[in-house]
Amino acid sequence: MMDVAHILGFGHGGWGAALLLASGVTLSLSVFGFLLGAAFGALAAAGRLSSRSIRSWLANAYGVVFRGIPDLLTIYLLYYGGSIALTQIGKFLGSTGFIGLPAFATGVLAIGIISGAYQAEVYRGAYQAVDRGQFDACMALGLSSLQSLRLVIVPQLMRHALPGLGNVWQLVLKDSALISVIGLVELMRQGQIGAGSTREPFVFYIAAGALYFVIAAVTGLFFRYSEARAWRGMVHA
Amino acid sequence: MIDFAFFLEIIPTLLSGLPMTVQLAAASISIGFVMALLLALAQQGNHRFVSWPIRTFVAVFRGTPLLVQIFLIYYGLGQFRPSLQDMGLWWLFREPYWCAIIALSLNTAAYGSEILRGAIKGVPHGLVEAATAFGMSRALTLRLVVLPLALRQAIPSYSNEIILMIKGTSLASIITLMEVTGIAQGLISQTYRAVEVFVAAGAIYLAINFTIISALNALEIWLTPYRARA
Repeated sequence: MMDVAHILGFGHGGWGAALLLASGVTLSLSVFGFLLGAAFGALAAAGRLSSRSIRSWLANAYGVVFRGIPDLLTIYLLYYGGSIALTQIGKFLGSTGFIGLPAFATGVLAIGIISGAYQAEVYRGAYQAVDRGQFDACMALGLSSLQSLRLVIVPQLMRHALPGLGNVWQLVLKDSALISVIGLVELMRQGQIGAGSTREPFVFYIAAGALYFVIAAVTGLFFRYSEARAWRGMVHA
Repeated sequence: MIDFAFFLEIIPTLLSGLPMTVQLAAASISIGFVMALLLALAQQGNHRFVSWPIRTFVAVFRGTPLLVQIFLIYYGLGQFRPSLQDMGLWWLFREPYWCAIIALSLNTAAYGSEILRGAIKGVPHGLVEAATAFGMSRALTLRLVVLPLALRQAIPSYSNEIILMIKGTSLASIITLMEVTGIAQGLISQTYRAVEVFVAAGAIYLAINFTIISALNALEIWLTPYRARA
């Protein structure tokens, strides 16, 4: 076996820098996907809580479908479906070749759609955990519905949502490895590339796994800090 | 608009991957459950030398992507072919099928052991004390009091884990196993009709999940008759 320190190091022929860069791609892919998922999730949660049956049905169907089918299938749908549509448009405009969607944007969209389905459940539960009296108080103060959401409900809702969001974040981080199948050079794909060219798959997949583990642990601290901050000044068990 | 003839054409093709999906899921969920139960029970004794390695195993498998685990076992261990051959284990690690089952089982064992550990913790201590007062041995208490209550308690969380495993079997397609998702990907790149294939393959997964959730709900209701009557 070649010298592991050399393979994963930062010297000539070392893969350390490439792996760290790829970790950055994984992290930004996950962050943007998670944020997009927050938007989808909030919309879907609002739909679920809506009294209009069509909205709540649609939001429910979104959750059931994207939590029930494999994430890989969703990724294939977006990548191939999007690329096929793009190629059709390209043909219309006179191009002849196959046009692939940009992998990073597709990855963000895929993670957004999938994590949105999970985040919706978290937001819905958290919304229902907010004391009813707070809504009455908003009305009594004459706040508009947008104002009451922004100033009163969401800050309190986040207290209940943060533990669930932390779980979804961990899921997102691990799901981001699947984006490697559409060719985005994130941590997983970089590990594959390194494994292929050095013939040391064991070293590279251990290294990739360790980096995922570290990213998960460090970002987990952020969620714990946010939770402590959201609960500051509150007495709770 | 919707081409029903095309659906009729692709559904049998997709269904030909169903046995593989079901086999991978059934094997890894059952092996994983047995391992999860053993791991959860082993941590009850509070022996540091037992619980520390288990905690590490759980943290590692929960903290890294399933795809990395599958690649590590299939490609990574392949690097040690001579020593695996010496140990007579090469037949196991040579086949993507067994590698997928090993990776999926270890993964679900890690998640499952935490679910079961929590469920065992949730059994009121008074019941254990009552069993001790009756002169029941620890093993008997476990078998007759703690486990029945804990397993029933664990059904909702465990059914989530089972759904995650069904979804997880799709990753086996990346190491060449032709299960439903692998076949779907092949069909998409042959026919260029991503939406139709997605709808058909998605419907198969939703049907599997729906069956499992209904069965587990029925099991839970059957095991908690007092709650169902309320």
